[in-house]
Amino acid sequence: MTKRTLLALLVVAALIAAALPALAQGDQVELRITWYNDGNEGEVLRDLLDRFEAENPGIRVVIDEVAYADLHTLLQAQVETGEAPDMARITFPNRFLGQYLDLSAYVADPQYWLDNIPEAVLGSMRQGAEDTGIYGYPTQFTVTGPFINVTLFEQAGVEIPADDSTWEEWVAAATAVAEELSDAEFTIYPVAIDRTGHRFWGPSLSRCATYINEDGTFTVDSPGFRSTAEMIIGWHNDGLMPPDVWGGSAGNYVPAAPYFINGQLVLYMSGSWQVGNFATNIGDAFDWKVIPNPRGDCGATGVPGGALMVAFAGTEHPEEVGKVMDYLFSEEVIAEFYARTLFLPGHLGLIEKGIEYPSNNEALNAFAAMIPNLMEEAYALQYHPKGPDLNAAIRDRLSQVIAGEFTLDEAIERIQADMDALFAQ
Amino acid sequence: MRTTRVSKRRGGKRKLVMAWIGRLLLKPFVVLATLADVVLGPLQKLLGMQRMGYFFVLPNLLVFGIFILLPMLLNFYYGFTAGDSILPENRQFVGLANLESLFSCQPTFLDPRSESFMNPSVCQQDRFWRAAGNTLTFVIFQVGVMVLLALVTALALNREVRGRGFFRSIFFYPVLLSPVVVALIWKWILQPEGVFNGILVGMGLERLPFLVEANWARLWVIVVSVWAQMGFHTLILLAGLQSIPHELYEAASMDGAGAWRSFRQITLPLLMPTMVVVLVLSLIRAVQVFDQVFVLTTGGPGTATLYMVQYIFQTAFDRQQFGLAAATSLVLAAVLFVLTLGQLRLGRTSEIA
Repeated sequence: MTKRTLLALLVVAALIAAALPALAQGDQVELRITWYNDGNEGEVLRDLLDRFEAENPGIRVVIDEVAYADLHTLLQAQVETGEAPDMARITFPNRFLGQYLDLSAYVADPQYWLDNIPEAVLGSMRQGAEDTGIYGYPTQFTVTGPFINVTLFEQAGVEIPADDSTWEEWVAAATAVAEELSDAEFTIYPVAIDRTGHRFWGPSLSRCATYINEDGTFTVDSPGFRSTAEMIIGWHNDGLMPPDVWGGSAGNYVPAAPYFINGQLVLYMSGSWQVGNFATNIGDAFDWKVIPNPRGDCGATGVPGGALMVAFAGTEHPEEVGKVMDYLFSEEVIAEFYARTLFLPGHLGLIEKGIEYPSNNEALNAFAAMIPNLMEEAYALQYHPKGPDLNAAIRDRLSQVIAGEFTLDEAIERIQADMDALFAQ
Repeated sequence: MRTTRVSKRRGGKRKLVMAWIGRLLLKPFVVLATLADVVLGPLQKLLGMQRMGYFFVLPNLLVFGIFILLPMLLNFYYGFTAGDSILPENRQFVGLANLESLFSCQPTFLDPRSESFMNPSVCQQDRFWRAAGNTLTFVIFQVGVMVLLALVTALALNREVRGRGFFRSIFFYPVLLSPVVVALIWKWILQPEGVFNGILVGMGLERLPFLVEANWARLWVIVVSVWAQMGFHTLILLAGLQSIPHELYEAASMDGAGAWRSFRQITLPLLMPTMVVVLVLSLIRAVQVFDQVFVLTTGGPGTATLYMVQYIFQTAFDRQQFGLAAATSLVLAAVLFVLTLGQLRLGRTSEIA
């Protein structure tokens, strides 16, 4: 045998060895989930799926983890080229309408799904009123709402306002705390709100802003919108809010969480997803708590949000996909998922029963208690196809007002023009 | 005599060991070459010796074609389309609509009484014009300041000063850092709770809004950019200075020329070709400014440091307006094309001079 023949045989042997695992799997069905992680949820999902695979040896589920920033662009390319995964965790269901697999025919009890998924969430995956399909379930629910630094209130000797206080009352109390404790070396800011239109929606709706017209387009200018915008711009003009959150950026979401974690913020408007972050990064450095959304003339609403697990119609194995989805959304399994990931439940039965979280039970249940008070328009904005565009326009145009590039009137005119142009397309 | 024989023997042994190590190190390459020969041998027989050259440049051509040429062509097509789809065949052809939208201002572009683009608020895509204005200001100040400082530094480092090598390394060091690292370091220094403000507060002074007030932010973006890139241009100018024959200065000195006259009449004219290269390289780089500023200010406050590439990036990936973003890329490409032509022409003129 010559050296060359020997080498050729080696190459062939290597190729066969590489192909062996695939051959060994035989007729096992492989399903793929495109998934992103904020915390430990990927780990928990894997653990749950391992149990599923042990009970269903014919199905293997692979989790393809991607960065959240690339998730929707990647999925869009995959969906358009017919290479969509079998399932995916997404946050913008509008982007793939008409591409989802209707699970009604593949889950054991479709009524269980219809009874336990909020109507607005089901609607966000459907194409119009005639569509009655079931396309996915919420892997988590989020609610926007404020946190306060209780230790700062105690140190300053300022009484914490009542639960039904207005924004003005909360900010006045927070300002008194900051004035008492702040000095030249360590600035304490009374209030901050994340740099995103999504966080702006809640306070503005509570103050009677309306956005969505009957034909689905937006009208931005309303007394509620103006008063909320003036309030936030005023926080900047009066030095009540850290200047670099809204003022220091021309795009992108900017959270004010680092200020809160650093003990430099009395009142922080953010949302339920910060609970895990605070538990890890604040620990027992100071006491904090969740407070109800401040009251306005029209209510005290936060804005819902969250992520959904959807199945794609292009799957070659709809039966198996239905089986996996049915398992993951079964009450026992999804309850364990929510508890271990510290996510708010998006399952109506569990919202009613409550979840016993292994940590931060009080804070998470405070957010869960806000869910029944969410205004209908808050759901409508969250699941409106152009909601993300309105969010970005409010964020960027109000930042321009704060930076002195526009007056509020000009900014409102611009947001309206941006939205009109979008609907005209 | 005996010593010589012993050392010869030792020398021979060392050679043998070295040859053995050499063979050992070569072994993996020999195996790889033999493996490659299994494929390449028959291929060479098939294609012939002459055509094998194409085979070897093929990987590079494929990389260039897939990652540069194809995206360029796609971008060109996208610039004339609209819609949410990523796939070209699913996009709607809209002709010049995207370019019209970019250039549409009230009063209109073609109206001679137009308020033109000096007031972006009257333009449909006001952020585009703000980004264009910001980029122009950035290019003028950043390139002007950087080339001047690089020249002064190169002249200083060209002199016989103590620790010259050390200073050359110091000035060049920031060039070795990633733009993102540079921006993160400076952000840490300049933010409201940063090092500079810490020092100011320590001295009993007020904090300054380095990154959150428009003019301060514009200034610091230029300072950081000059700090990060100057070393590279200094090095090029230094090489240019060292290529000027020393005899010219000696002759000028004998004829009674002072330092300033020598600089004006010897250094500057002979350095001009290098200056042109530096000027054009820094100009093109300044027009493309993105990563450093994106990390330092994200384009803010407001849109004070929003430059063209960030505008394109946000239009495409934040707002999903791929057509508009592609059309803006075409405009930027046209600007860069003109600048490159200018470089070629200037380069030729200075060579002739």
